[in-house]
Amino acid sequence: MLLSWLIWLPIATGLVVLGFGRHAEAAKSLALVSAAMTLSLSLLALLAFNPNLTGMQLTVDIPWITALAIDYALGVDGIALALIILNCAVTLLTIIAGWNVAKQPTVYMAAFLLMCGFVNGVFCATDAALFYIFWEATLVPLFLVIGVWGGERRVYAAIKFFLYTFLGSILMLVAFIWLYDYLGTFDILLMHRSYIPPEAQPWIFFAFLAAFAVKIPMVPVHTWLPDAHVEAPTGGSIILAAIMLKLGGYGLLRLALPIVPDASVEYAWLLIALSLVAIVYIGLVALAQTDMKKLVAYSSVAHMGFVTLGIFVFSELGLAGAVYQMVSHGFVSGAMFFCIGVLYDRMHTRQIGDYGGVANTMPKYATLLLLFAMANAGLPGTSGFVGEFMVVLAAIDANIWWGIIAATALITGAAYSLWMYKRAVFGAVANEKVGALKDIDGREFSILAVFAALVLLFGVWPLPLTELIDASVADLAARVERGKL
Amino acid sequence: MEGLLHWIPLAPLLAALACGLGGKAIGRIGAAVVANAAVALSFVLSCMVAWEHYQTGAIIHATWYDWASVGGQFLAIGFLVDGLTATMLLVVTSVSFMVHIYTIGYMRDDPGFQRFFAYIALFTFAMLMLVMSDNFLQLFFGWEAVGLVSYLLIGFWFKKPTAIHANLKAFLVNRVGDFGFLIGIGLVLAYCGSLDYADVFARRGSLANAEVELLPGVGWDAITVVCIALFIGAMGKSAQLPLHVWLPDSMEGPTPISALIHAATMVTAGIFMVARMAPLFELSEAALAFVLVIGAVTAFSMGLLGLVQQDIKRVVAYSTLSQLGYMTAALGASAYGVAIFHLATHAFFKALLFLGAGAVIVALHHEQDMRRMGGLARRMPLTHIAMVVGSLALCGVPPLAGFFSKDLIIEAARMHEGFGGGFAYALLLASAFVTSFYSFRLLALVFYGKTRMEDKDYSHVKDCAWTITLPLAVLAVMAVAAGLLLMEPLLGATWFTGPDAPAVASSHAPALAEAYPTPLSMLIHAYASPVLYVALGGVALALYLYLAAPGLLKQVAGGAGPLRAVLERKYGFDDFYQLVFANGARALGGLLWRRFDGAVIDGVANGLADLVAGAARWLRGIQTGRIYHYAFVMIISIAAILPWVMRAGD
Repeated sequence: MLLSWLIWLPIATGLVVLGFGRHAEAAKSLALVSAAMTLSLSLLALLAFNPNLTGMQLTVDIPWITALAIDYALGVDGIALALIILNCAVTLLTIIAGWNVAKQPTVYMAAFLLMCGFVNGVFCATDAALFYIFWEATLVPLFLVIGVWGGERRVYAAIKFFLYTFLGSILMLVAFIWLYDYLGTFDILLMHRSYIPPEAQPWIFFAFLAAFAVKIPMVPVHTWLPDAHVEAPTGGSIILAAIMLKLGGYGLLRLALPIVPDASVEYAWLLIALSLVAIVYIGLVALAQTDMKKLVAYSSVAHMGFVTLGIFVFSELGLAGAVYQMVSHGFVSGAMFFCIGVLYDRMHTRQIGDYGGVANTMPKYATLLLLFAMANAGLPGTSGFVGEFMVVLAAIDANIWWGIIAATALITGAAYSLWMYKRAVFGAVANEKVGALKDIDGREFSILAVFAALVLLFGVWPLPLTELIDASVADLAARVERGKL
Repeated sequence: MEGLLHWIPLAPLLAALACGLGGKAIGRIGAAVVANAAVALSFVLSCMVAWEHYQTGAIIHATWYDWASVGGQFLAIGFLVDGLTATMLLVVTSVSFMVHIYTIGYMRDDPGFQRFFAYIALFTFAMLMLVMSDNFLQLFFGWEAVGLVSYLLIGFWFKKPTAIHANLKAFLVNRVGDFGFLIGIGLVLAYCGSLDYADVFARRGSLANAEVELLPGVGWDAITVVCIALFIGAMGKSAQLPLHVWLPDSMEGPTPISALIHAATMVTAGIFMVARMAPLFELSEAALAFVLVIGAVTAFSMGLLGLVQQDIKRVVAYSTLSQLGYMTAALGASAYGVAIFHLATHAFFKALLFLGAGAVIVALHHEQDMRRMGGLARRMPLTHIAMVVGSLALCGVPPLAGFFSKDLIIEAARMHEGFGGGFAYALLLASAFVTSFYSFRLLALVFYGKTRMEDKDYSHVKDCAWTITLPLAVLAVMAVAAGLLLMEPLLGATWFTGPDAPAVASSHAPALAEAYPTPLSMLIHAYASPVLYVALGGVALALYLYLAAPGLLKQVAGGAGPLRAVLERKYGFDDFYQLVFANGARALGGLLWRRFDGAVIDGVANGLADLVAGAARWLRGIQTGRIYHYAFVMIISIAAILPWVMRAGD
């Protein structure tokens, strides 16, 4: 039941908020309460969850469309639960971050609540049809957020975003239909256990990959992301980076690896190659950016390269690192995009060149941004380090050259993060506008302080999270190891 | 004692938080008191721990907390205190304490007073985590954390363009080293299955018998690859050629941190790390030879650069590079105890030299150019004495601290039988001459001769307040006495052997330990070895040229034109890196972005997007024109069509 609440509470309140129309204050308050309650529920789920068990917990299974054997089936393992809590926490922060949105605040709030519910649905669903419905549903709120509250080229960006992700997911749907045809079920757990013939596995694998590679995004289907980020409002960017990208990684872990393990192993070389390209190539591309949002968007692609690299190394260390990286990237990228939003709200530009010497007028902000920039560069002691560290070590164990190439992110990550920081924040006051900047207010500070606390906590003490996912990761690694043939 | 161990790093961390987050609340005096008290506490606790270790010889090994679990295995944060760590604890906390006191005076008028204390206390925390670690993970944490604080402190005056260039450069060059370090750690985990020192050393056999195929078909000894990868980390942190370029620029930071971070402690982390990994390095002659050659070349080439500097801090900075080269060479000659010995004595006399230089800089209102100094011995007698003591110790004049440690390094190179021993010996001996030349050139330019300052400025110069002179006095005493005190315990120590190779002479250079059992034996040896005479020759020549024969000096400098040009370009490393790596990476990134992301990928994608946009325009004619209406229609259609599609699939 808890999982149903996690899905439907935000969706229901989202719809109610939508009906508030002009009563913006009431709508915002309701949205805040709802997001806070959802987060509390997710923590309650954490209490009810036993991390030592493998398999799904807190399960619900109600026949839904009996003619097609579609069930309303929910359940979580450690990986899903970790991402659910991330989602609920970031949603709450995003709602606070969007408090002063002037244009249609009720719809804005409603969109994020709906998003939160849909995403929880994706993470909870153990029925493929249900998974697919939630998966596609997540597109709508974000499409709206970009299309309505976006910048000048919002229509272009929204359509690009929609097209890429929608075309990818259609292929996933095809794979589901094939599996239904072959196995007679939409039950994902049954798909995990069932034999899939070797000649079919690659087709299913690449159909899944089409959906997930776009979402993650992997090179070369990543170019929608910088455009979407640049046009999205701050809240949209936070959710996009912190949550949406995780759906792709989660899909690989929940569907691709366990359903078609042999094809996953067979084509791991391709995925690893693309991951390494993402890490190196995107690292260099990020260095050339002059728009802060584009820079952080590209750095997201590079960081997600670690996720896919860790996944396709298949060792427990690599998988755990990948999951850790997903959660950490949620905090770090969310915080980075919020930081950029703070500057954008004040100066209405994202060009690094328009800033310079922000530290003089916004010392608190500068300190917090440095923490997130360092986390983005993978500094030990921040959460950004843990996942990358695990993945690099796992990669070296698998093949030293994968490790060597991946480890170059240590240099490029620091270069693009800190070079941006140097140009925007350090130095003497660059112009009058920077000189007139006001430091962050209480609301902004509290959001960044929460992000900072999370980044540091999960940097110096990853144990709670690694213990939560350990059994699930081990189970997954064993499934891939066993294969199905 | 074990239960108190974590307070050694924790006390400065808490002080850093108090100064950093509550700087306004506790005020300037509060910040100074809190930070100094915390570091003093660390120092006292370190003394107690070290005392306990030296008394009983017991190795303290304690786990603090479990950091993460993967596959049922735990990665833990813990402490290991053996002789090596105990020595490092004493060096780090004592120098840090002196620098904390000095900072009160040096930063008195700076608006960032509390921030500065937050940073140096944080640095002390990170450095202590590094030296006390019992595993590679925590070592890497400390390793990067000291790099972070170094970055913050070099850029402390963040309005100065040179400072924020220097700190970015320092961080990135260090990251190049860390890149190698991380590869080394990854290989250690891959072959030994653990990140705990004890486990790794116990299983080092699996490294010794393995090969790594770096290129297809070409097998390298795994142990050599691991050691060189780890050493690349040390090259970054301890500024060895060719990753040395960040250290001279780091002088943009305030002087107390040049003393603490860029001379006494952080830059020696690489030396410490290699000494800690001695059980691994001992298995690879090739890696040791690499270390030895890099060290010797760094010692000599960086010393030469010290000859042409005009900035007082840069002379000391190049001297630090050169001395780090000495330590590295000692490591390469398997004389780990001697390297740590020089690390300790160097920490004291180099901190002294930096703080002395800082005292001059403060007294001259932040003037650093030696061409605008001169004759200061009469105005700043205490500082002058301190600098002379520091310089003599650096030059290796007996019985000051540097004499013992440096002479032993040169002896170790002489006795070393592995590859590169003779080469290293020659370079290190030549460096001894260079060292004393640039040291006394500095003294001559700053303290002797006629002043080149304006009369009214000169007459106002005087020694600084006690917070500055007291640390100078304490460090001067250590610069005199540390050699005599530490030689026997360090040379005779038994920490560097692995668990399965019980106490041979700890230094792995038994011949050396046998030849020089006591400080007295070293003193006797001094008069029969060339080192002392070479050093004194350097002193004499520098004083003669700069004080008595300026005409000859001009001739020499003029005659050395091309060489001088090479030295003034710093061998071209900076220009090369800037051109190839910094500019190159930026240009390549821009090219890839525009040509590949922009032209190729988006070229294809935009074709599709245009198609859709066209369709959307058409739709707009017949629909409401609201984008989210399309979205809703899309989703509702999917929901409606889905069951139908599914049925068709049956």
